[in-house]
Amino acid sequence: MTQLAVHAAGVGKVFPTKTGEVVALTDVELEVSAGEFVSLIGPSGCGKSTLLRLIADLDQATSGTLEIFGKPAKRARIDQDYGIAFQQAGLLPWRTVGANIGLPLELHGTGRADRAARIAELAELVGLSDFVDRYPDQLSGGMQQRVAIARALAARPKLLLMDEPFGALDEMTRERLQSELTRIAAETSAAVVFVTHSIPEAVFLSDRVVVMSPRPGRITDVIETGLGDVRDEALRESPEFFDRVTAVREALHGTPVTRASES
Amino acid sequence: MRPIGWSTRRQGELRGWIAAGWGALGVLAVLVLWELYKFAGPSEGFIVGAVPGESGSGVMLLPRTHDRAMPHVWDMAARLFAPTSGGDTPPLWVSVAGAALVTLGIAAVGWLIGVAVGAVLGLVMQRWRLLEWGLLPWIVVSQIVPLIAFAPVVNAIGNQIDRGGGIWPQWLSVAVIASYLAFFPVAVGVLRGLASPDRIHLDLMNSYAAGYWATLFRLRLPAAVPHLLPALRLAAANAVLGAVVAEVSIGMRGGIGRMLIQLAGQASSDPAAPWGPTFGSIALGLIAAGSVALIGLGLANYRRGEATA
Amino acid sequence: MTDADAATTMLPAAPEPSGRAPRPMPAERELPGWLKWVAPIVVGILILAIWIFWVDVLGTAPRMLPSPIAIAEEFVRRFPIILDDMTITATNALIGLVVGSLLALLFAGLAAAAKPVDGMLAPLVSALAVIPIVAVTPILNTMFGASSQFGRQAVATIAAFIPVFVNVLRGLRQTRPVHRDLLRASAASGWQTFRVLTLPTALPYLMTGLRIASSLAVIAALVAEYFGGPADGIGTAIATYAKSGRAALAWAYVLGGIIIGLVFFLVTSLLERLATRRSSA
Repeated sequence: MTQLAVHAAGVGKVFPTKTGEVVALTDVELEVSAGEFVSLIGPSGCGKSTLLRLIADLDQATSGTLEIFGKPAKRARIDQDYGIAFQQAGLLPWRTVGANIGLPLELHGTGRADRAARIAELAELVGLSDFVDRYPDQLSGGMQQRVAIARALAARPKLLLMDEPFGALDEMTRERLQSELTRIAAETSAAVVFVTHSIPEAVFLSDRVVVMSPRPGRITDVIETGLGDVRDEALRESPEFFDRVTAVREALHGTPVTRASES
Repeated sequence: MRPIGWSTRRQGELRGWIAAGWGALGVLAVLVLWELYKFAGPSEGFIVGAVPGESGSGVMLLPRTHDRAMPHVWDMAARLFAPTSGGDTPPLWVSVAGAALVTLGIAAVGWLIGVAVGAVLGLVMQRWRLLEWGLLPWIVVSQIVPLIAFAPVVNAIGNQIDRGGGIWPQWLSVAVIASYLAFFPVAVGVLRGLASPDRIHLDLMNSYAAGYWATLFRLRLPAAVPHLLPALRLAAANAVLGAVVAEVSIGMRGGIGRMLIQLAGQASSDPAAPWGPTFGSIALGLIAAGSVALIGLGLANYRRGEATA
Repeated sequence: MTDADAATTMLPAAPEPSGRAPRPMPAERELPGWLKWVAPIVVGILILAIWIFWVDVLGTAPRMLPSPIAIAEEFVRRFPIILDDMTITATNALIGLVVGSLLALLFAGLAAAAKPVDGMLAPLVSALAVIPIVAVTPILNTMFGASSQFGRQAVATIAAFIPVFVNVLRGLRQTRPVHRDLLRASAASGWQTFRVLTLPTALPYLMTGLRIASSLAVIAALVAEYFGGPADGIGTAIATYAKSGRAALAWAYVLGGIIIGLVFFLVTSLLERLATRRSSA
């Protein structure tokens, strides 16, 4: 069996606050296989972003074990086994697009020539080859987010962590970037853990959708999408797609939803 | 580390005391450094690049440490309680307090004038953008350049008015110069504050067909409070500075500026004396800024949503 | 910390180098852009005109307020000696600016790194910001000798230190959480994070601090001359000639002081503009 990208067992996170403790996550059991695309979805406060931050070692779990490719999260971070993209593109405004993409490589001592080659490769992958020398303030939101994705891929990670990266974009740009993301994930065969608010987005992109709910933050359901490896625009209109969307919606609401075909 | 169960107000007070404690520690550190340097430092100072035989050449990087140049901290304290000029004169601190009060009064007048002028300018500049474009650069330039150098000139003009039949006591010249330094932060603060409301709030007032004056009193002025208070504080500090400098250059008696110069002139025979009015000036600045800060207390509601640094 | 910040926010360009101008309300008529330059020039000409009118035409101005033309003549005629004194004052201001800024960088770095240092420095700097620093000049002249320029340079140093310290300290704390997360996720070392993120973020704040400090240093150096020391420099010349009634010459020296202040301001403003071009996120 190939190594699991993410293996979470009994993971919990408690935050101390002025008015007592907040249980952000409790008893999380999750396995993400190599090359698998998994979405985390749920209402505000369900802990999906917290879980992502724990995987990224931006925060530490207060209970349970968390292993990334068989290593503890901190080791995985230091070994740069994952790439991360946030909701805000988080580009450094004083660096060009190219310099932003190359930032992780620069920090880890990649030589200038190698860096330049990789930056060109990545810029082409996300379709921004003509913009490598521009500055972030000259790009639209969607383009900035593409730069952020390119940056996340710079060190050829086998795991991509994404925290609502398309949340601040309009619907048309969003759909376009979703298609690009599935293509990139397939091409690089990276596992992806993707946090989102949008049910159609989760179903379109993922192999499995992990449904979470708040107070305390926990996983309530995991739904296989079973929609195959080819995710194209036609899929968005197919009955199987709508069926899966309904299934996720039901899981989120906790109650069955009347389908249009029944009544 | 915060004690659990304390109300936020008590925690705020505790934080205040802790901050004050660190501040006191800082002052203590300064005093200790002073005495330490006096103990360990070279008695004639540390001069770099001096040419032998040429007195006053070279660059003195560290000051002289003998008692005439750097009195001990306790000597300074003791001197405050000794008579001002020997014999039956009142203790130094009394004279300093008296002079400081005089200067404080003049600075207060200067502050009031400056605030009035600054507020009018700010209002006018916010109302008409053309005026802002025309006046603001000159207002900014007026503070960059050392127009404080005008002090003797203003005094001469004042004397002329006085002799010519108008009433212009000497202290008024000092107040005018103080107001010159004070008006600028107020003008800028009022301008920025009145222009600060969000587009959303302005649209709201428009939807109520509120005119300029209604919008001014109900929206712009309250929104301006967080900008105004620091400006008033800065204006107070500037007014004090302006008053002290003006007193020195005009040679006005009774204020702390003149006392500074006078006692500095006698420093070779009475080295700890000039520290009296120096401490007085420091206290003056702190009192002026603190008094204005009190105004802010009454306006606490308007400061909600103020970003803390 | 807001107190000290306010004490150094002298100019309308906001301390945060955002560079975004407020949008005009749609209700106002849009003014043509060229007026932005023309308006102040028109105001300047108006001021000059009123001045000349009052002095030369009406002849009712006090003797200490000469005509701008007379001032210009004196300035040109006496330029060599004015320049000598300008050099002294400008040098003092420059030394104060440089040394004050270096010290401010050092202490701001210490304060950002160690909370006790910050705790002790914050009230001291806030107090320094509101007291009349030039009042310390007589003491400094005693300590360093009345024949040296050092007292004035020290005052200029303190005057420059405060705004640079406040602004740099603020800048060192302005890194955005998303950028900090990014650097942590990239396993950057502390030094790398400082070099790649903290330093570039703080740089525009440093430039703003320098811009504010430059004017304060010039004013401090000049005003300190009123409080003793050697008999050179612009300030002493103004005082001397004003007392002896030579008004036009006194104002010519004032013009010299204005020029120094303007040069300092323009250079540092330019530096600030260059540094803030790419920092708004």
